[in-house]
Amino acid sequence: MDHRLTLLPTAIAWSLCLGQLLLYALLAPLVTGWVRKVKARLQNRRGAPIWQPYRELYKLFGKEARMAHTASPLFRAAPYIVFVATWLAASAVPLVATDLPTAAVADVIVIAGLLALARFFLALAAMDVGTAFGGMGASREMFVSALAEPAMLLAVFTLAMTAHSTNLATVVAYQLAGTHLLRPSFLFALAGLVLVAVAETGRIPVDNPSTHLELTMIHEAMVLEYSGRHLALMEWAGQLKLMLYGTLLANVFFPWGVSRSIDLPSLSFAFGAIVLKLAALGAALAVAETVLAKMRVFRVPAFLNLALLLGLLGLLSHVILEVGT
Amino acid sequence: MAVVAPQLTAYWPMHLAELAVGLALASAGVSLLAGPAPRVLRWVAMPLFGIAGLAALAAGLGALGQPTPLTATLPLGLPWLPWQLRLDALSGFFLCIIGAVSTAVGLYGPAYVRGFEQGRDSLATLGAFSGLFLVGMLLVVLADGAFLFMVAWELMSLSSYFLVAFHHEHPANRRAAFLYLLMAHIGGLAILLGFGVLAAFGHGFSFEAMRGAPLPVGWATVAFALAFVGFGMKAGLVPLHAWLPEAHPAAPSHISALMSGVMLKVAVYGFIRFVFGLIGQLHWQWGVVVLVIGSVSALMGVLYAMMQTDLKRLLAYSSVENLGIVFIALGLSVVFLGTHHTLLGTLAFVAALYHALNHALFKTLLFLGAGAIAHSAHERDLEQMGGLLRRMPWTGLFFLLGCIAIAALPPFNGFVSEWLTFQAALQAWQLDSGVLRSLVPIAAAVLALTGALVAATFVKVYGVAFLGQARSRHVRRARAVPRGMRAAQGLLAMLCLVLGVLPTWTLDMIAAVPRQLLGAGLPRAAAHGWLWLTPISRQTASYGAPLVALALTVALALGFWLFGRGIRRVRRCDAWDCGFAPPTPSMQYTAAAFAQPIRRVFGMLFQVEERVTTEPDGKPRHVVQVTDRTWTLFYRPVARLIEKGARHILRLQSGHVRTYLGWSLATLVILLWIIA
Repeated sequence: MDHRLTLLPTAIAWSLCLGQLLLYALLAPLVTGWVRKVKARLQNRRGAPIWQPYRELYKLFGKEARMAHTASPLFRAAPYIVFVATWLAASAVPLVATDLPTAAVADVIVIAGLLALARFFLALAAMDVGTAFGGMGASREMFVSALAEPAMLLAVFTLAMTAHSTNLATVVAYQLAGTHLLRPSFLFALAGLVLVAVAETGRIPVDNPSTHLELTMIHEAMVLEYSGRHLALMEWAGQLKLMLYGTLLANVFFPWGVSRSIDLPSLSFAFGAIVLKLAALGAALAVAETVLAKMRVFRVPAFLNLALLLGLLGLLSHVILEVGT
Repeated sequence: MAVVAPQLTAYWPMHLAELAVGLALASAGVSLLAGPAPRVLRWVAMPLFGIAGLAALAAGLGALGQPTPLTATLPLGLPWLPWQLRLDALSGFFLCIIGAVSTAVGLYGPAYVRGFEQGRDSLATLGAFSGLFLVGMLLVVLADGAFLFMVAWELMSLSSYFLVAFHHEHPANRRAAFLYLLMAHIGGLAILLGFGVLAAFGHGFSFEAMRGAPLPVGWATVAFALAFVGFGMKAGLVPLHAWLPEAHPAAPSHISALMSGVMLKVAVYGFIRFVFGLIGQLHWQWGVVVLVIGSVSALMGVLYAMMQTDLKRLLAYSSVENLGIVFIALGLSVVFLGTHHTLLGTLAFVAALYHALNHALFKTLLFLGAGAIAHSAHERDLEQMGGLLRRMPWTGLFFLLGCIAIAALPPFNGFVSEWLTFQAALQAWQLDSGVLRSLVPIAAAVLALTGALVAATFVKVYGVAFLGQARSRHVRRARAVPRGMRAAQGLLAMLCLVLGVLPTWTLDMIAAVPRQLLGAGLPRAAAHGWLWLTPISRQTASYGAPLVALALTVALALGFWLFGRGIRRVRRCDAWDCGFAPPTPSMQYTAAAFAQPIRRVFGMLFQVEERVTTEPDGKPRHVVQVTDRTWTLFYRPVARLIEKGARHILRLQSGHVRTYLGWSLATLVILLWIIA
């Protein structure tokens, strides 16, 4: 009897996890479509409908995949690994509710690790065919991420040390319960994380997702050789990553609306809240991409060092000003 | 009878450890006796080496399960200073590391040394010194007195010197071996002096006497500093690391694996035994020193690794980085234990041990992979490699797993130990001192930067060596290596995965070490079942490694089943490459090109020399040479100082025997005066 009573909420919680996982996969193209649409309107274009990314994915999944003669099995396996690792990382970021079991499977360091796993295979796949552009993209991607990853972890450590936990669900719950939402350390961490998110998702000013000039490519250069369903998975993983970072920023720093209990009204309210928050963040990204120009590759370290410095300042202002208060 | 039986069963780990030492000695003896018959080395000496490893592994596992240490006395040594052995959990843990790696090397060796049979080098010396090297390492972790410890330590250093000098026909190798010998002896001297301090206060050379010695803070700090210099030099900490990237690659690859995988861990063992076991009373100031040196080593190690184009040198520099991570965790442990945060200190200590074990496994795997490439393609230079995954699929797969493990990516083992280190560092808010509270997170930031750079380094290694197209003719003709070599790599790769997927079980085993040494374990690490790793509490942090691995596997299987079905064969075509001319092998990104952005960003840390030379065939070639800055900043000034001092001492040299006799007499009188 007792056993069954505890089993039921567990089953509900795990099915909610599955639901959240699906939600991520289904909403991710929409976020990208929304950013593109807003950007187009800001540039006085009509732009493609926001459903366009779904159509592109559908088209790519239907097309035949081709591989170069020189490609190895790793090239074929990489899209699956990249997609699955990114997806799993996303599943541990609270989207609508904090009290889910997936939050305990992976804390924020595991999320960073899973994203790094995806990046590792993405870069390897780029080098697999043996083209110059692939190597260039891989080299630049690893270079950017080598500077972005510590900046991200520093920003997150600030949160983790404040909330005394690296589990994102606990951090969000702490934020929801707390009275001081915007501590000085959080402002620094937020600023640092925004810069990292821009760099990691390959947006202007670090990388241009819609570039057609090979020499300026980073992410696009790595997926040049992919086609068909392989390309679809790579693109989808990229969209998931954008949504992951958006949700991370939205729910950790502005946690309003995230449900702390599992019942329908609060969950649907949380869903509405996250959609609005992502829409606002997407619009902000579109504005930033419209007014900023892409940087030269060797300006990127300065950009990321700023992110690192902001993270460090956040951490130091936390340990010096806030501990014990 | 009934009383004797339980004693016997409890004592078997010690017998197994002694058996391991005996087997290793036998392996050395057999190869020495066999002399000119290379087959004996392959069929007797190397298997004996592997079995010695297995025995050591079993002894270590047994010792980890024992609540109390086991002791024995060897019928050797001086009458008043017998050689005593002691097998406690710490020794047991390091026996496991030595055993696991030696087993793999014993499996790998027979096929690998076959490549040397046509050479001029004597295989008898290779086998004999390998065996003695193993004996030395085993005795170091078993020794229960400074006398036996130093004898074993020197045996380990000297036999590895001969192994580094194995290919002595190259002047570079002779130079590396001499540098190694020199550094090993400076380090050995520091350790000896450190033991001297402890022996003076403990009135005896046995560890038992030293453990109870009442040390004043000043002398304890002197002993700590000497031990840190001595063991740090062996562990390759910056700035005392310069011998390591020279010596480790010079030896045959399976010996490089032993040196990087095990000997560096023996240095870690020495440090832990000396500081945590013998000094006992820890001061957080020491922890700060260890933390800073560890962080610098980790960062410099990986940056220099990134710049290398010689695969084995790159791996050697990466050992500097990994030992840096181990010492970051040890430094954290000293900081926390010195400020009476026992749980956190234990956590950092366990993280250090976990990383030491992990590094032993994946670095051995990678060195064996490098050996496999050297064996079948006769190449160490990354710029000549390419496309090896298709030529050597098994080595390629295992090497990939090793790269994932070393890059600290989930669900492999490297990630777990770094995660634990991060968890310990993130508890810095519990410290009282504001300086420590800000210093520890900065060390965590350095660790994060290091981790990201390691990933970049190993993308470079794997991408350039195994992917793409071959850059030279002999690499294009590489063949798969014999079964034994593949099996050894497979075994290590499996262990890397298992230790990554089942961290709670591993942690449970490792926690026996701090329980015995520090009197505290990690009671809450597996409090929520074996699925969840919760080192501090479930609210603070948890990692469900088996679930992550399961989810990855299920999702990947589903993905392949959904999208791979029906269309088993993907049609092939020319590479697209944006429609430019079809790519040739020389158009690929080289290892140096891959590292170029990072070389530019961290330019001030390297001494980079770039020039364009003309090849004999008239083609211009861009040459980049990155030299270690420590040579100009540290070693040259020290060498110059010593030379200057030597010139002053030269004045003693007059050429008259009676002057020398006078000097001797004076020295004798002064010494007698000091003693009396």
